Amino acid sequence: MALIQTTYNRRSFLKVSAVAGGGMVLGFNWLAAMDLEALDDVPESLVELNGYVKIGADGTVTILSPNPEFGQNVKTSMPMIVAEELDVDWRQVVVEQARFNNEVFDRQFTGGSQGIRRAWRGLRMAGAAARHMLREAAAHAWRVPVDEVTTADGVLYHNASERSAGYGAMASAAATMPVPEQVQLKDLEDFQIIGTSQKNVDGHKIVTGQPLFTMDQHWDGTLVAMTAHPPAFGMRPKAVDDAAARSMPGITDVFTFKTFEDGYERNYFDTNAFPELVAVVGNTTWEVMNAKRALQIEWEPIEALESTTDHDARMAEMAAKPGRVVRRDGDPEAAFARAAKIVEGTYTAPFLAHNAMEPMTCFAHVTADQAEVAGPIQAPEFIERTLSARLGLPPEKIDIALTRMGGGFGRRAYGHHMVEAAVISRQVNAPVKLMYTREDDMTFGAFRPAYHATYRAALDADNNLIAFHVKAGGIPESPLHANRFPAGAVDNYLAEEWSLESNITIGAFRAPRSNFMAGVEQSFLDELAEAMGKDPMAFRLELLERARTRPVGEDNDYDAARYAGVLKLVREKSRWDEEATPGVSRGVAAYFCHNTYAAHVLDIVVEDGTPVVSRVCCALDCGIVVNPDAASNMAEGAIVDGIGNALYGSMTFEEGVPAHDNFDTYRTIRHSEAPKAIDVHFVENGIDPTGLGEPPFPPIFGALANALYRATGTRMRAQPFAPHLERQM
Amino acid sequence: MGYPETPIHVDRLNRIFTLSESMAAMAPITLSVNGKTVDVDVDPRTPLLWVLRDHLQLVGTKYGCGIAQCGACTIHLNGAAVRSCILPVSSVGNQRITTIEGLSPNGTHPVQQAWLEEDVAQCGYCQSGQIMSAAALLNQHPAPSDEEIDAGMNGNICRCGTYLRIHAAIKVAANTEA
Repeated sequence: MALIQTTYNRRSFLKVSAVAGGGMVLGFNWLAAMDLEALDDVPESLVELNGYVKIGADGTVTILSPNPEFGQNVKTSMPMIVAEELDVDWRQVVVEQARFNNEVFDRQFTGGSQGIRRAWRGLRMAGAAARHMLREAAAHAWRVPVDEVTTADGVLYHNASERSAGYGAMASAAATMPVPEQVQLKDLEDFQIIGTSQKNVDGHKIVTGQPLFTMDQHWDGTLVAMTAHPPAFGMRPKAVDDAAARSMPGITDVFTFKTFEDGYERNYFDTNAFPELVAVVGNTTWEVMNAKRALQIEWEPIEALESTTDHDARMAEMAAKPGRVVRRDGDPEAAFARAAKIVEGTYTAPFLAHNAMEPMTCFAHVTADQAEVAGPIQAPEFIERTLSARLGLPPEKIDIALTRMGGGFGRRAYGHHMVEAAVISRQVNAPVKLMYTREDDMTFGAFRPAYHATYRAALDADNNLIAFHVKAGGIPESPLHANRFPAGAVDNYLAEEWSLESNITIGAFRAPRSNFMAGVEQSFLDELAEAMGKDPMAFRLELLERARTRPVGEDNDYDAARYAGVLKLVREKSRWDEEATPGVSRGVAAYFCHNTYAAHVLDIVVEDGTPVVSRVCCALDCGIVVNPDAASNMAEGAIVDGIGNALYGSMTFEEGVPAHDNFDTYRTIRHSEAPKAIDVHFVENGIDPTGLGEPPFPPIFGALANALYRATGTRMRAQPFAPHLERQM
Repeated sequence: MGYPETPIHVDRLNRIFTLSESMAAMAPITLSVNGKTVDVDVDPRTPLLWVLRDHLQLVGTKYGCGIAQCGACTIHLNGAAVRSCILPVSSVGNQRITTIEGLSPNGTHPVQQAWLEEDVAQCGYCQSGQIMSAAALLNQHPAPSDEEIDAGMNGNICRCGTYLRIHAAIKVAANTEA
């Protein structure tokens, strides 16, 4: 058994207390147990974690799940980890969603695929510490040495004296035991819950339509609110004629308000292009929806009104100029000068809208001295700060319930909707439910940025790769990770980046930056392998072997052996080396991001002139897999989402106006377009777990592009792919 | 990869509902919802979705797009799948409305059971509509082919990408019902 020190610092403590009717509550806050290494695409302040256990006198074990749930299944998998070390029967566990409370919990954040990774050790400690205190209580009661007290499925045993007691019977006494300074954790081979497939704890509520989402919440006296935002980025309301809207049935209020006050210094997640909005408040959704559309608003431009055609031209200009050098190994310029052959490819991708199925929504009830809000939010800690500043209330007077999110994909890290709901509630002096229409949701901003990348590779006369050059940029940020593969595998390497400013707001989108770089890098490696006459799988493994045995540079941010490991697993499981099946075109891609390795082999067959994804074989290395079937579900979803965005995802602009505002013109992948089969395989290595929400997503863009090339003969260098395919077919 | 056929093709909302600034007067309307007769007093043009959600507190039926493109609002009218977001309540008449809450007592419908068995949901928001579409599909095709499932389910978007599990669950439910 691993013995781990429950190290403490000034913020680290265990809180134990008896609960009414007997039982114990164990709260914990073990900031010091967390490693503080930099997160991938997440601000460094988000490094903490917490959890919570309640044991009732009747033996009921309640485990609070700290992090916001948006479909990644942490509400099931996080409590599973606590239950494992607590040594209880999973079927006896009741899971509750914790409210936001950074006095008790840390890192109640959903993003960066860090939930399980950051929580792993702390959740185990919570379960193990509670188990230890229960054993101490039993030892006292039975007057036996604590080492002789064992546990199984929520029962304490002393075998020598043949005594036993349920956890419930000892829970009150356990609350009086000293908090252990060190606890023993189970060995991996003793796991009984971790590594078993357990169903979504909210499954029954979902299939019976129970009110789980913010949109479903109802409080007596709640008014419905909607907002009108400018039709174009760079505009604000100039004059509002609300006479017609006010006179409509059920309407109680119409007013203009500012989400943030002038002079407010915004935090990382306060993204919002539209500081001034028009609110419509009334009794029912339909009444408010109609009144909103009866508003006569004159808008005025206050900034440039940007268009996609202009964006594209400016990106091409930037790509033609030298960028900011972020990595240089060897002498790439000299190597390119003496190259026998240069392979080059330019790749682009548009802005993307997240389009979570539940549009932005929030409940808020703000009074003079307190605020109660409930909303779908990935980053509650940040929005609490924002609400505190906006409302002039101390954080302890702001209560945030973390309602289940109807999807997020990064969009719900940005909590402007919660500020809007709170400001409206205070203005109308009533609880309100703010609802975005689909059109509001799709056109408000916080999009995935538009990106551009040019790759060049130099080959010598013997077809050896002697230099590699990537120059990437975007609006308004560069997608480049300077030290990612194939950096480290090529002697002469140059990475440059650039960016262009814009007033179109952007936000994290499932695997930020990687969601572009993986696809284009893996497409270019495929082009390069073809130019070199090599098998694309073998070529990647060759580069990784070079990076493993003789790495170039010291800052390479990947483990070449684990990277190669997923490729080898997918090669085996997809039977890559076997003779090709007639009519099947295959593409391979692999990528590392958010601490997890992913590789895919995607198969295409052409049916009636249309390419159909017949199968995706996926290999993942995320260390220990907590809940295998749910992990497979996550990977399947990421694959479907990636294929959909690669084929169809696109948001364009004309004079600042988003070109799409609903699903009739913004195309998303549908049932018949999903792969006909997906099989997901995990590398088994016993390494502490890392996340899965993002890593399977980025490389599928490349696997699809590479398979489409083999199926159609055309390289897919500009996303979305579907328009190119349709022209061709 | 052509744009798939969706079961309902509609124009944009603001072309469907010709809005005047003076709404029609409220009117008492009698509906049959999940086997019960209920009376509501609403503007007769109100889409059934909002009557269910705001007036009857049946919130399992979801809003996703408002223009019958995503299927989150799918309910049954006399057992057939209908998008409630574009269905004026006045047009329902005495047809039987079934929502996810009334599909079965306590989630025992074979489709709901199959959804649990396949652990379909991720975020879960679209799944009421998916289940209602699937249940109606099975009413029509008790043993649907892959193509029939594709056609029957193409009107329901799942942004989490659970389509393969939805497909598998429909087959499980079909076998249960057979």
